[in-house]
Amino acid sequence: MARIGVFICHCGHNIASAVDVEAVLAYAKTLPGVVFAGHNIYSCSQEGLSSIKSSIKEHQLDRVVVAACTPRTHEPLFRKACEQAGINKYLFEFVNIREHVSWIHAKEPVAATEKAKKLVAMGVAKAALLQPQTEGEAAVTPVAVVLGGGLAGLTAASSLAGQGIETHLIEKSERLGGLLRDVSVIGPEGELAKPLLDDMISRLTRSKHGHIHLKSTVKGISGFVGNFELTFVEGCDEKKIKAGAIIVATGANEFTPVGDYGFGSVPAVVTQLELERRLAKGDVAGDVVFIQCVGCRQPGREYCSRICCNVSLKNALRLLTLSPGSAVTIIHRDIMSSGTAAERVYKEASETGVRFVRYGLERPPKVSAEGDGAVVEVFDETLDETIELDAGLVVLATPLVSPPDSEETGKLLKVPRDKHGFFLEAHVKLRPNEFATDGVFVCGSARWPVSARECIYQGLAAAAKASIPIREGKVVSEAITAYADVDKCAACGNCVLTCPYDAIEIIQVKGKLAAKVNEAVCKGCGSCVAACPNDAMQQKGFTTQQLGAMIDALVKGALEGAQ
Amino acid sequence: MTEFNPTILAFCCNWCSYAGADLAGVSRLQMPPNVHVVRVMCSASVKPEYIFKSLVQGIDGVLVLGCHIGDCHYLTGNHRTAKRVPIAQKLLDDVGVDSRRVKLDWVSAAEGEKFQQVITEFVDEIKGLGPNPMRGVRL
Repeated sequence: MARIGVFICHCGHNIASAVDVEAVLAYAKTLPGVVFAGHNIYSCSQEGLSSIKSSIKEHQLDRVVVAACTPRTHEPLFRKACEQAGINKYLFEFVNIREHVSWIHAKEPVAATEKAKKLVAMGVAKAALLQPQTEGEAAVTPVAVVLGGGLAGLTAASSLAGQGIETHLIEKSERLGGLLRDVSVIGPEGELAKPLLDDMISRLTRSKHGHIHLKSTVKGISGFVGNFELTFVEGCDEKKIKAGAIIVATGANEFTPVGDYGFGSVPAVVTQLELERRLAKGDVAGDVVFIQCVGCRQPGREYCSRICCNVSLKNALRLLTLSPGSAVTIIHRDIMSSGTAAERVYKEASETGVRFVRYGLERPPKVSAEGDGAVVEVFDETLDETIELDAGLVVLATPLVSPPDSEETGKLLKVPRDKHGFFLEAHVKLRPNEFATDGVFVCGSARWPVSARECIYQGLAAAAKASIPIREGKVVSEAITAYADVDKCAACGNCVLTCPYDAIEIIQVKGKLAAKVNEAVCKGCGSCVAACPNDAMQQKGFTTQQLGAMIDALVKGALEGAQ
Repeated sequence: MTEFNPTILAFCCNWCSYAGADLAGVSRLQMPPNVHVVRVMCSASVKPEYIFKSLVQGIDGVLVLGCHIGDCHYLTGNHRTAKRVPIAQKLLDDVGVDSRRVKLDWVSAAEGEKFQQVITEFVDEIKGLGPNPMRGVRL
């Protein structure tokens, strides 16, 4: 029989203001297997954790239930306390009575208390069936791979190589530098792009740990954190690399606005990157009109590409420097120039004579050819009338879009993308630049359009995170993986088909065919558990018996009148 | 006669809907206290047997909440859920159990308000259906 200890947290007034902690405590003591129940004003405080640890020892507890806040933030803390008190951390169960009770039923103390009792009963029922677990451990190949040789990828690769980690940079084109190769000056401060890129590249080439593979395409990726194997084609040769961590820095493309605003039919209409190329040669003259938000912030492509306003502001000022008498107009929907430096450029542009005209999505500007140039007709929302602008050049500020092959990259790495094709991190706030798939990281415009400065931040962040498993030398996986009960398994293969990670195979086990889970590959989703018709597949910490016991406890508490 | 106060079980995936429920809490969004959340790693791990077991034992309604399609932490887990729950509902209808007692919906980690809305509407719907007729029946 388990010896369960239950600890109810007041969380100051956060829980105690709606939940009668004393009543829940008294109820917890009546639950099967509970040999001790205590309460803390703040369970997560040093004092609270000490009292849990001393109670574990004093009452020889072998299961711990804490009813407090959310496991998403505090589970590691309490698991650690259990370990310190000498019991396996997987013998801990969390019950959420703050986010899921007191905060959402603040004005119903009676009902909130009853609900907290039932949730505690469910947690205790599950805890009684918890088993100690051992976490899987695997050695790490001390090699990193960076996919994409733009600024973000170069930053990540040169940082890793600089740390002495063998680093392979795989770039599909024949040159390094990505989109920034077509840009001469970086806004808003106005540094030159080429020296920045050259510096990054030389740091990588100078390092004996840096290996650059140009004209290379990844064909296959297998394995898991610490032990990936990549197959790629460099030129005509197929090559293989073993790696411990992978960084995705595959970048983005400039959206080509075919058919919009005369692009493709009126020669004077170009995209921002084409303007960059012409500006680099000093090959621009006459009046210029920028049109912002071409092909974005509209149904179908709702996002703001973030960098285009700053790029147009930067280039508007360069144009005025190049030909001081010319008229430069930015037709925009809103100017997004966040940050002190960018805002200063916006102010400077306004004061230097750049004209700003605001348009609405329902009345977009019209562009028609006029001699070698073009005429832009736009309804100015501020003037409340339509105006015409002559232009030698019309520049369309289009968004960065996910490259077509990012779908393939996502599939190879088994990492998710959003509806626009940009890669999705594990958690926007808590785990930036890393995927939910361990050992795979992301930086730069592959995850969202970013400026050069942000590419560098993110490249460094991804490199720092990728170096963690390599430096540790081993990876530990949370013991929530699936396993098969060989005696029950009929080798039907449903689990194999269901597994999103190809972690299960049917092999000879104990003299019969049965499912076998590769724990290093399993991510613990439990999909195979639901697919198994024989109840042979189980997930550690979420077994069918444990979840069944929770249902039974709710039934008992709710329908058979627990008070 | 006292007002019918349904008992509802909700399976929430760790990454989206459980986080959405947490966000509802952090945002202090008030909702009826009838729903008891069970955390699972992915909605795809919810066995139809859990749903049947709950209803057979008298639970008035079961919610399965996952990540939006395309946002699954485990790539395509919720595609399985999207197929599996309707089959469970059909089986329930076939044996004479009102499948409206089971609901599948998607709540992201950013959708505290959606969580509140789903909970509030489902509780209302179950109140409308009345107590689970299997409540108290000994099989």
